[in-house]
Amino acid sequence: MKRTAGLWLLIGLAGYALLPWYMVSGGVFSLGWVVDMTGKGAAPAFWQVVTQGKWWLAGPLPAFAAVALVQGFARGQLTAARALVGAAAAGLGLLVAQGLLIPGSAARFGWIAGEGQPGMGAGAAITALALLLILTTGISGLGRGRGDAFVTGLIGLIVALVAIFVFYPVAHVLIRAFELKGGAGYGVSEFLGRFFSANLWGLGCLAGGECGPAVNSLVLGVMTGAGTTALGLAFALIFTRTGFRAKPVLRVLTIIPIITPPFVIGLALILLFGRAGTVTEFFADTFGWEKTRWLYGFGGIYLAQMLSFTPIAFLVLIGVVEGVSPSMEEASQTLDADRWQTFRHVSLPLMRPGLANAFLLGFIESLADFGNPLVLGGNFNVLSTEIYFAIVGAVADPAKAAILSIALLVMTLGAFLVQRRWVGRKSYATVTGKADSGRHAALNPALRWACYLTALPWAAFTAAIYSMIAFGSFVKLWGYDHSFTLEHYIRAFSVSFANGIRFTGSAWDSYFTTLTIAGISAPLTAFVGLATAYLLVRQKFAGKEAFEFSTMLSFAIPGTVIGVAYVMAFNFPPIELTGTSVILIIVFVFRNMPVGVRGGIAAMSQLDRSLDEASIMLGANSFTTARRVIAPLLGPAILAALTYSFVRAITSVSAVIFLVSARHNMATSFIVGRVENGEFGFAIAYSAVLILTMLAAILILQLLIGKRRLRRADRVEA
Amino acid sequence: MKKLSSISLAAVLAVLAAPAFADELNVVCSNEQDWCDLMASNFEAATGIDVAMVRKSTGETLAQVRAEAGNPKIDVWWGGTGDPHLIAAAEDLTEASGADTSALLPWAVNIAEISSGKTIGIHAGALGIAYNADVLAEKGLKAPACWKDLADPAYKGEIQVANPNSSGTAYTELATLTQLFGEDEAFKLLAEIGANVNQYTKSGSAPSKAAARGETTISIGFMHDMVNLRKSGFPLEIVAPCEGTGYEVGGVSVIKGAKNPDAAKKWVDFVLTAEAQQAGLQVGVYNVPSNSGATLDPDSPDLSSIKLIDYDFATYGASDTRERLLARWDAEVKGAGGAVEE
Repeated sequence: MKRTAGLWLLIGLAGYALLPWYMVSGGVFSLGWVVDMTGKGAAPAFWQVVTQGKWWLAGPLPAFAAVALVQGFARGQLTAARALVGAAAAGLGLLVAQGLLIPGSAARFGWIAGEGQPGMGAGAAITALALLLILTTGISGLGRGRGDAFVTGLIGLIVALVAIFVFYPVAHVLIRAFELKGGAGYGVSEFLGRFFSANLWGLGCLAGGECGPAVNSLVLGVMTGAGTTALGLAFALIFTRTGFRAKPVLRVLTIIPIITPPFVIGLALILLFGRAGTVTEFFADTFGWEKTRWLYGFGGIYLAQMLSFTPIAFLVLIGVVEGVSPSMEEASQTLDADRWQTFRHVSLPLMRPGLANAFLLGFIESLADFGNPLVLGGNFNVLSTEIYFAIVGAVADPAKAAILSIALLVMTLGAFLVQRRWVGRKSYATVTGKADSGRHAALNPALRWACYLTALPWAAFTAAIYSMIAFGSFVKLWGYDHSFTLEHYIRAFSVSFANGIRFTGSAWDSYFTTLTIAGISAPLTAFVGLATAYLLVRQKFAGKEAFEFSTMLSFAIPGTVIGVAYVMAFNFPPIELTGTSVILIIVFVFRNMPVGVRGGIAAMSQLDRSLDEASIMLGANSFTTARRVIAPLLGPAILAALTYSFVRAITSVSAVIFLVSARHNMATSFIVGRVENGEFGFAIAYSAVLILTMLAAILILQLLIGKRRLRRADRVEA
Repeated sequence: MKKLSSISLAAVLAVLAAPAFADELNVVCSNEQDWCDLMASNFEAATGIDVAMVRKSTGETLAQVRAEAGNPKIDVWWGGTGDPHLIAAAEDLTEASGADTSALLPWAVNIAEISSGKTIGIHAGALGIAYNADVLAEKGLKAPACWKDLADPAYKGEIQVANPNSSGTAYTELATLTQLFGEDEAFKLLAEIGANVNQYTKSGSAPSKAAARGETTISIGFMHDMVNLRKSGFPLEIVAPCEGTGYEVGGVSVIKGAKNPDAAKKWVDFVLTAEAQQAGLQVGVYNVPSNSGATLDPDSPDLSSIKLIDYDFATYGASDTRERLLARWDAEVKGAGGAVEE
């Protein structure tokens, strides 16, 4: 414990005395601050205290001194640990307090007249990190987390990150739900009236009228969650339990919809099923059916969401279905159960964590989805679009946006609790390290055909949609003038070879920015997500359920709200990030990490604890166990987390609209601008290039991570 | 533990790649992308100031300007419909640029006077009706020529228009009819038209796009959007309503507390010149420029040939009028039948 604490003491002191405390112009890596070490802006905290009298920055100093004293003189493990915890907590508290009390140009509450400070920089971050990890090391010294500094450190780090990058910004928005009219402060009186109003929860549609957006969202969410889970399961069963021949093709078709930029699916559906769509025209001409606008409303949104979100359910389920132990199925069959009974009473119950998590993700995605309802919504109002227009509409009403967001969060919390109850406290461990024959039980014919008959037409449908999209990028005016042209690709991606390679197409800038940001955020997302899942499944600590739910928060809130929340929270000191690429990376990491968490939890609940125990008994610590035993068995979950976070960073739109800046523009906001301007060909050509890029990236990832080897032959019982 | 340390250290360092504070002009552009790009490069060529530009819709820009108030990252906001610019001026989010308005047309100066110089008119676009000629012929309907024609029950389920609660375009329509016919008469007419509406879209430009593709037969929106769609090849016919019509004025505003106020003022001066404004013709901008010296495209809707009302921006841009009209719209128009899915 002392060695770890000592290491962090040194790092913390270095951050405090050597690195610039505040943000410096040009960034800390420009090293321009080195020559200006004692100057006004770029000085480390130590110099700010000594030469400029900024005494409020001195907080960490006594904490470091106390830690050093403990290192030198404390006797007895427990005393030392207690002293570390006390000193580090006090130092951290002082640091945070001064940041919150003196933001920007003036201190709050007239506290220190005439003093302000810029946003925190490298020095502050390193100092805070060191204090935090000294604190958690001390806590581990008290015997918590099995006395493992790695476990407590990880918990501390993730809690701190979620607090800063989820709670802090989200609180900025949600507090406005309780704002009273006319700036009269805060209170619940107006909130209750507006929250429980019939405009929100009305059930008029049962009587032929209109339902409130909350009810619409709820119905849509449950249907989408259930539908995507069922379809995802059908695909996963075909992959693992049948001898279907065209698996690789199917694999691509199951992945493609998540890598489609927003609006494209909606547009393709309109061209097929809209009132003037190809399919509609066909039926009208052949059978004389009335051309209708059924697509605009629940039906259209549901179809688009099923297309968009089935792949997520599939990604979560494939690992789980694969992991179900053949031994159990064999045992069942030895006991004379037939294939259906085996599936129904053995395999399916063992898939519960996967099914529950897939449903939860589908439900939340549907609630937060914004692109599809916007294009296909018709008069079917859902919460996400209502929230968007409460923020950017002709009459801005932040209080309404906040209230609707709370309604959304209540539903998410409800779904979360229901899924926890359903999964229950049973054990789902089926990867145990014990040998088994490796033959998965095949499906009984009825079930196999049921899977084929649901999944294959769906795959064909997906293929049709995507051929339409590809076609749209090569014609002059999709839907009207179908003469072949490469003009859209040339405008977007032309390259000039005069005087070396110059990227002259108008899409290149945002394309490179997008790939860079997605490339940086994907591994960070996967790491944070899976580390969180590891803590949730494998470690016991107080407040675990609250911790688990808090990690879902940023995912459940629609992107628009998150975007505005980030601008409100991070445009001002103590943490000033707007206008940078960093804020984009952070928003992606914390918005997409829940998929890593959910997938990780589903996969990890299958790994028998005896594997960890064996590793720990052989002398490995938690970190080595996580890295050498658990991580290799999580191949599919890691792949899913990486794929998903990479793709979402490229395709998400609502969260980034407020965060993109001139220097850091993202592909989707660029595409949406083109769609708004009616340049569909251009938008689709760009989307097609993005889809191919992502597909290539996913294939490379698959090759790099490889398949996990469970010492089971990958075969199905004949 | 060491591994964790180095990973978290690397993460922190990555986070600290701090923002750039270089000398430049940060522009948010709410016009079409091509027009944004062209104006930025023309400005760079003329002044040598480095422009960083991003395109965002007016509603999104206003939300961002509000959230960033006090420490804005944007210097100047150019383009888009004038109402959000006027709201920003009223909320004291923008500041007067002091630009010379003597060469501008009266409606552009009017906007500047209402906002005490905080936003200045750069272009105007008239409200109109569009119909898909193919679908209209197929259904055997006759072409509408006036606002009142739209109330004809023959158009049941054929008209699409945006919801004024979310769209500035639809609010302009609501305010236009109110000024044309008087408030009570206007709401009666809106309710009658409403009985024919198949969908109140969220976005103001969506109805014309739907009409272009034949998803609806008739749309209400801004004429320059319709011209744009027509030019890309859709069978869209554009109608200037016989009773007269309202219009929007696009604005340019300097954000209060801008980091580069001098460059921002130069931008405002530049975009008000005739040369800068008529460059829009190269990229297909069909609204009417505010500088009286700028030349017009023969295809763009000529405001002098359209019967324009004397649109009262001061009254109908004020938020109390807006709230009252929208509440009345919710009560009398939204529920007045219509919004039918055939």
